[in-house]
Amino acid sequence: MTDKVRLDRAYLHHLLRQMIRIRRFEAKCVELYQAQKILGFLHLYDGEEAVSVGVIETLGPGDAIVATYREHGQAIARGIGMDRLMAEMLGKQEGCCRGRGGSMHIFDRKSRFYGGNAIVGGGLPLAVGVALADKMAGRNSVTACFFGDGAVDEGEFHESLNLAAIWQLPVLFVCENNLYSMGMALERAEAETDLGRKASSYRIAAASVDGMDIIAVEAAARHAVAQIRAGNGPHFLECRTYRFRAHSMYDAQQYRTREEVETWRKKGPIVRFQSWLRDNGLLQDDDIRQIETEADAEIGAAVAFAEAGTPEPVEELERFVMMTEVPA
Amino acid sequence: MSEAAATLTYREACKQALRDALKADPRTFLMGEDIGRYGGCYAVTKGLLEEFGEERIRDTPLSESAYVGAGIGAAMAGMRPIVEIMTVNFSLLALDQIVNNAATIPHMSGGQFAVPLVIRIATGGGRRVAAQHSHSLEGWYAHIPGLRVLAPATVEDARWMLAAALVDPNPVLIFEHIMLYNVEAPLDPAVTAVDIAHAKIRRAGSGVTLIGYGNGLVKALAAAEQLAGEGVDAEVIDLRVLRPLDTPTILASVVKTRRVVIVDEGWRSGSLSAEIGMRIAEQGFFDLDAPLRRVCGREVPMPYAPHLEDAALPQPADIAAAARSLVRPT
Repeated sequence: MTDKVRLDRAYLHHLLRQMIRIRRFEAKCVELYQAQKILGFLHLYDGEEAVSVGVIETLGPGDAIVATYREHGQAIARGIGMDRLMAEMLGKQEGCCRGRGGSMHIFDRKSRFYGGNAIVGGGLPLAVGVALADKMAGRNSVTACFFGDGAVDEGEFHESLNLAAIWQLPVLFVCENNLYSMGMALERAEAETDLGRKASSYRIAAASVDGMDIIAVEAAARHAVAQIRAGNGPHFLECRTYRFRAHSMYDAQQYRTREEVETWRKKGPIVRFQSWLRDNGLLQDDDIRQIETEADAEIGAAVAFAEAGTPEPVEELERFVMMTEVPA
Repeated sequence: MSEAAATLTYREACKQALRDALKADPRTFLMGEDIGRYGGCYAVTKGLLEEFGEERIRDTPLSESAYVGAGIGAAMAGMRPIVEIMTVNFSLLALDQIVNNAATIPHMSGGQFAVPLVIRIATGGGRRVAAQHSHSLEGWYAHIPGLRVLAPATVEDARWMLAAALVDPNPVLIFEHIMLYNVEAPLDPAVTAVDIAHAKIRRAGSGVTLIGYGNGLVKALAAAEQLAGEGVDAEVIDLRVLRPLDTPTILASVVKTRRVVIVDEGWRSGSLSAEIGMRIAEQGFFDLDAPLRRVCGREVPMPYAPHLEDAALPQPADIAAAARSLVRPT
């Protein structure tokens, strides 16, 4: 069985490191946003790191990812370089999308990262198509499709789950249920708030896990991916999580109380995993310091890379509107 | 029957093109509503399921957004899908995928991903099927950067445009006018390919230029015949490619005839005809000897009653009258 999480120290430290890298990368993004170097929308993943790290850790290089506009976590967990990510945020042509996509639209062909999609629900049909292509081409790949609870409101969610089910496509639907679609609380938006039941109604195997517990996420994802790879059709994984910060950079957050946010913060995926590791004698203060120092060095280098980046010449504005060839 | 003499319906031409595509490339497959067991709502795909099997002729549930989006995802992941949408009105249910994904991803991803997808869409009025099955919304799609929009009006284009569309690395929308499926014409065996970049002059003339596409082209050609009987020599341009527009062919004709009538079954306000007219105004104003004229669909939801639908659509007599008014101003 591969369902059991490998509890060796190096791997556990790796999981922690990935979450910390994401958290600190985004903290730097906030600074750069306040300095008006990052513009537009910036949707932070603060609080949800266990979901992307836990799921993506179970994927192989041949697998595919479809994400949302809140996708820094997925991008970093997938191994897209922070330098190219940061350059993208700063709108430089050294960015992974030459500065055309920005924070919400990270794409990376090499790692099969099919985008940050900023239309809620809009990525689900794409994921179905990527999985269909893999299946038809005989590639034993899994497509992990991330979306929030808000996507469940959309027709595309239902259409896509159904299509994946009737065609038995290798999709792992990962619902990052952070309880709010912007300011709309789940229980105000959905008549049935048990999201797994919706997936079950399409005869898709569904599981719900504590999305603040990286070990639980990792184990559930590993199980689902193995099932999908064995040809048992799509799976649905609800990760119950929470967004510690505003929907985008600023909102008055009148839709939830300060106490609610604080309660969730105490259950945060990093603080929780760290204390669990400590309690089990698997983590020392020095380890944390080292992880943080290394992450900060990596982030510093990424910022330097991005700052030194060059703006794409305006003459190239219309390049790639119409492609001249399909990239190999 | 010898090959040289073979005549073909537009429907059969579409089907032969699909069959060729499926045979030529294992990455190509079809998705759409009732394209398989039912045989296609306009019978274009009839028989293909038996020939190519369920893996490649995929009947979909009534989920336009999901299966069009799946086509986009599959195209990004290396396939060459052909998606069919029953009618342009239904394509609105997939507008998010077409406009927000297919048209944006190549540019938004900095050229990392292309979307080599073909979407076939039935369009147009004239079948007495009222206001949710009869409109000509291809002009909307022609507004969107990142898409190529085709409108085959002849059996030859119906036969050969698809192959060119599949070679194109961009999402291509092919609008097949529902009144053309039964049109029959001989197919020149010497022609085995067409371009999808240029407009084409279907009738050379010197007195006035009539510009149309789809069934509008057929009506413009009929109007040209009427005008010929009156001594007015009309040139008729088949737009063929609604995006990107072939402006040079239009302007060259304007230089020649100095008079233009644009035929558009779509609604006048904000229409493709408005775009063409404005391009002529911007780039060919001093070549004109008369004001620009348009014959467009009337601005009403398409009515069911035959006399009303006929009145809502441009007719050859309307086109001829517009041309006449330019040639012999009263």
